[in-house]
Amino acid sequence: MEFKFSEENLQKIEQILKKYPTKQAAVMPVLYIAQEQHGWISNEVMVETASILEMNEEDVFGVVTFYTMYHKKEMGKYHIQVCTNVSCMLRGGYQIYDAVKEKLGLDNGDVSNDKKFSLEEVECMGSCGTAPMIAVNEDYFENLDKEKALQILDSLN
Amino acid sequence: MEKIVLPEIENFHQLDVYIQNGGYEAAKSAFTQTTDQIIDTVKKSGLRGRGGAAFSAGLKWSFMPKNNDKPKYLCVNGDESEPGSFKDRQILERNPHQLIEGAIIACYAIGAKSAYIYVRGEYHKWIKLLQKALDDAYDKGFVGEKMKETFATDFFCNIYIHKGAGAYICGEESSLMNSIEGQRGYPRVKPPFPAQNGLWGNPTTINNVETITNIPPIIKKGWEWFSAIGEPKHPGTILFGVSGHVNNPGVFELPSGTLLTEIIYKYAGGVIGDKKIKCVIPGGSSMPPLRGDQLEGVKMDAESLKAVGSAIGTGGIMVMDEDTDLVRVLARIAKFYYHESCGQCTPCREGTGWMLKILNRLVRGEGTSKDLDLLVTIAKNIEGNTICALGDAAAWPVKFMIERFREEFEAIVKDEVSLEPKNKVHSMRHTANPIAPVQV
Repeated sequence: MEFKFSEENLQKIEQILKKYPTKQAAVMPVLYIAQEQHGWISNEVMVETASILEMNEEDVFGVVTFYTMYHKKEMGKYHIQVCTNVSCMLRGGYQIYDAVKEKLGLDNGDVSNDKKFSLEEVECMGSCGTAPMIAVNEDYFENLDKEKALQILDSLN
Repeated sequence: MEKIVLPEIENFHQLDVYIQNGGYEAAKSAFTQTTDQIIDTVKKSGLRGRGGAAFSAGLKWSFMPKNNDKPKYLCVNGDESEPGSFKDRQILERNPHQLIEGAIIACYAIGAKSAYIYVRGEYHKWIKLLQKALDDAYDKGFVGEKMKETFATDFFCNIYIHKGAGAYICGEESSLMNSIEGQRGYPRVKPPFPAQNGLWGNPTTINNVETITNIPPIIKKGWEWFSAIGEPKHPGTILFGVSGHVNNPGVFELPSGTLLTEIIYKYAGGVIGDKKIKCVIPGGSSMPPLRGDQLEGVKMDAESLKAVGSAIGTGGIMVMDEDTDLVRVLARIAKFYYHESCGQCTPCREGTGWMLKILNRLVRGEGTSKDLDLLVTIAKNIEGNTICALGDAAAWPVKFMIERFREEFEAIVKDEVSLEPKNKVHSMRHTANPIAPVQV
């Protein structure tokens, strides 16, 4: 499936390019824009990004695969991220993670059949003082317990 | 106690409130001084980096070449991915203008025309807050070309935010620069150091968000004032982030050298259920853990922690009570470093995976006493043998946790190595016990 940046996003990219002395430096922000538009980073997205930034396609691929926040496949409408690192673990992070796994019937990295949910066990998100936490897409939900976490899932439509 | 980095003033994050409280006056005064004077002030203040290594900030600035036509850069490190560390996000939320002002002064001091504030990608909300503050500062002419008029100076600089994308390693300074350049975040071999060969091969200085936020008050109130706060060898306040089994977790700005027990019991409200402390990691998960019976009298500053066999790191204090299963905790820490190893250096790439496998074996109750020595051997073979400090960061928790809590680990391991058929294939266990007979 061919991918082209929208007109609006092309203008955004123009602005981003002004921040850096090289085109390649814009690859991370441009990939974020692509992900916002397309939902994930497909091969076509990488090819188009490489062409806009005059980069080698394999270098774009290298960047996409290095950073965990670029999705290499289509994720759910709600991407659920559960932190299980030490500070969260000490305050029940794994209970939440296990409950979320069971409720959604998903394992780490899975996407539900209806594409509504995807699940990721994430490393420390910087919520150690408000642990445990989950993040839904870009939003943090902190100071949770199992019940509160499941309520949050219930509230998502 | 005066707060330097996180003043308790309502709406301090808003530009007008910041200006009402003397905001951007430090920058104004900086432009009346020479760059050497500013670097000298920061040097004399004794300000040490808050990102982990606690290196003198003024000395770092002085490494920047003077007579050099190349463009110079400032990077402000807000990658904040160390487990147990959540202080920079407080600054981005509550005091973004002091960070911006500090970056302006730093740019002037080192001669940088551009600064990149690198913030971890997960901090969507805080990036938006910082961007709002930065836009306001641009509008009012505190940043960008309009600075020339505002501050009546020839100098101007631009500040940009670069959003990370979920790689712990990008908190390492050379990896951070590669990331800004649009590459995989691989650390670079040093030397050359960033002051000679940094962003796009140009002289670059990298400072932590908290370090830079300390700059405006130092310029405004003088180095004498700053150097008198806390421990003389590591002066100023430090943002201590307390997490784990405490009643009142959070970030507390306190003078360096505050007693660890005071932070835990007075500020963080003590241990949940009044339990005893088994273990404290004092500076984020990479730092050597301390035993509960080692905490009495320990001061929180770089030198004092070094003396008791740990390090200040990012000041992220993780408290674990007497019921904590340290084998599981260590296995979780090992999982983190295995996940975050960039894969460039063999000892770290392979070693982190081996340590995780062995620790998981221990957690399953299938470990042997030789596994403990094997873990320490692997850790020692990673330490010091990698391009960047992630290798050390992965090795230290394993090495010191087993050394300091050996009884915990010995309690769950078996004495004998099992030579059941599954052991016949070439595996790590063979490497560990090369004399074990293989029966065909």
